[in-house]
Amino acid sequence: MTASTSSLPAAARAPRSPWRARLTAWRVPLSILALCLLPWLLPSQALAVNVLIYGLLAVGYNLLFGYTGLLSFGHAAFFGAGAYVTGIAIGQFGLPWFAAMLLGVAFGGALAFLVGLLSIRTRGIYFSMVTLALSQLVYYTALQASSWTGGENGLRGFTVSTINVFGWAIDILDPVKKYYVLMVFAAAALWFVSRVLNSPFGAVIEAVRENETRARACGYDVERTKLLSFTLSGVIGALAGTLFALHLAIVPLDILSIHTSGMVVMMTLLGGAGSFFGPFVGALAFLLMEDVVSLWTSHWQIVVGTVFILFVLFLPKGIWGTALAALAGRGGR
Amino acid sequence: MTTPLLAVENVGRRFGGFVALEGVTAAFEPNRVTAIIGPNGAGKSTFFNVLSGVMPPSTGSIRFKGRDITGTPQHRFAHLGIARSYQITNIFPELSVHENVRVAAQALRTRYDIWCNRAAMTELDDKADAALAAVGLAGRRDATAKFLAHGQQRALEIAVALVADPELLLLDEPTAGMGPEETKDMVGLLERLAKDRTILLVEHKMKMILGLSDRILVLHHGRLIADGSPQHIQTDPEVRRVYLGQNDGYA
Ligand SMILES: Nc1ncnc2c1ncn2[C@@H]1O[C@H](COP(=O)(O)OP(=O)(O)O)[C@@H](O)[C@H]1O
Ligand SMILES: [Mg+2]
Repeated sequence: MTASTSSLPAAARAPRSPWRARLTAWRVPLSILALCLLPWLLPSQALAVNVLIYGLLAVGYNLLFGYTGLLSFGHAAFFGAGAYVTGIAIGQFGLPWFAAMLLGVAFGGALAFLVGLLSIRTRGIYFSMVTLALSQLVYYTALQASSWTGGENGLRGFTVSTINVFGWAIDILDPVKKYYVLMVFAAAALWFVSRVLNSPFGAVIEAVRENETRARACGYDVERTKLLSFTLSGVIGALAGTLFALHLAIVPLDILSIHTSGMVVMMTLLGGAGSFFGPFVGALAFLLMEDVVSLWTSHWQIVVGTVFILFVLFLPKGIWGTALAALAGRGGR
Repeated sequence: MTTPLLAVENVGRRFGGFVALEGVTAAFEPNRVTAIIGPNGAGKSTFFNVLSGVMPPSTGSIRFKGRDITGTPQHRFAHLGIARSYQITNIFPELSVHENVRVAAQALRTRYDIWCNRAAMTELDDKADAALAAVGLAGRRDATAKFLAHGQQRALEIAVALVADPELLLLDEPTAGMGPEETKDMVGLLERLAKDRTILLVEHKMKMILGLSDRILVLHHGRLIADGSPQHIQTDPEVRRVYLGQNDGYA
């Protein structure tokens, strides 16, 4: 049992250096500050909003992978469910944007609960395979149900141009305004995730990641713990999906594909699984690489894949995790 | 006669066609230390696994405080009041020593609370510190568990079990892999625990067992071949025969 989890990145222990402790205490405001500055630091608005959305997806994924130690290969399903349900609710049922988002998150969370229920009892690679298979099922369902989802052409026709917040109309066709509207949701999600990590449950998922047998002997129902973590992770993923739908105003079928699931694994690992802000760093690194490398070769995936493998082999804590460890090392001396 | 704390009735366990444990019947009174001995593969750890819910028995029943607990899922056992250590050290390697014990203490208080701040539950810190002090690890409180010496890791595992204040403590070879110095510390710890706890103890070191236990059970090929006071067991011809030439026993 220990053997299957011990290869995972060592994460989120009690910060034993003052630097690290301070950073942990301020991680939510600091993360939000970084996200606020992002559009002004990056070469394009489009990149910033993608880092925001995929970073949030990876934050949700990190809760499951980095903190609970479960390698899901099916998170595209929850991301996609959030996006599709939001789009369908607006475009076909005429729901207001906020209600549509709530519906998307609820649906994605329910789907995660279901997928969790079916997959949580399997272990290791089998767990990954079951989540992958179930997410493929969702993909083909969306492909077939084309009268709802638009099938291969993707879902269109639900553009939200202005949103009303307590009588204040915001034009979200303006990319800057749109970014900050979406960021409010990401910020709320970060605050929520931080709260979960600081909660008693946050200690339980780390215990489960570290040693399932011992956690069970201590009196924790490991399966229920994993299911709750899986569902929470899916809820955050679905929220990222609803933001994606609002942002693009189309939902391509590809969002549900295995590429999306693989991408979120890579982003989380590149940034640093089990570190709070790592997933955003990983999303940025991944998307930057994609942008830059695809300029000079259409085989950018080979390059990104190679970099990914090098990271797994030589920098298992990822960019952010390694930076934090270095900081802690200096602070400790 | 008082109700025994634990009573096992005709307990057996098979793995496929292999019978690892068969027809074990015994009752355990509170505040006693009972040693379970037997050659390697005798079924001692299997017996503990059955008693701690790791696996259900294939036959027979287990009663704890008069209540039938056969087939209870493993994670309920800590809540019932049964805690254990494993033959192979079983801790949370990346957590700090203090966190190892604290998360064990937390299980009895809250498990699915995703909302409140766990750092505010300072009584868990106190409990954890008390358990660490009891096993002599107070000084290593903030070390990462995996960096402890082997003997300290074993002591930590006992602290993890102790912090739940269990009514029944199962210790599977607590001195396994220890040198003489570490063994001495562990024996000291066990002597302190033995004063006011109900303990089942699997051990090979005979001298230590004789000093510690009120009663000894002997398992051989999954069967209980002797059950009695240390004096009785030392002179039992069947036990002598099983251990003769094995010699890891009476060493
Ligand atoms: N989970 C298991 N699956 C199959 N066989 C097992 C399992 N656990 C124990 N055994 C077998 O049961 C027998 C008793 O093992 P165990 O209880 O560990 O012995 P002891 O602790 O007395 O050395 C051994 O032959 C062992 O191989
Ligand atoms: Mg054994």
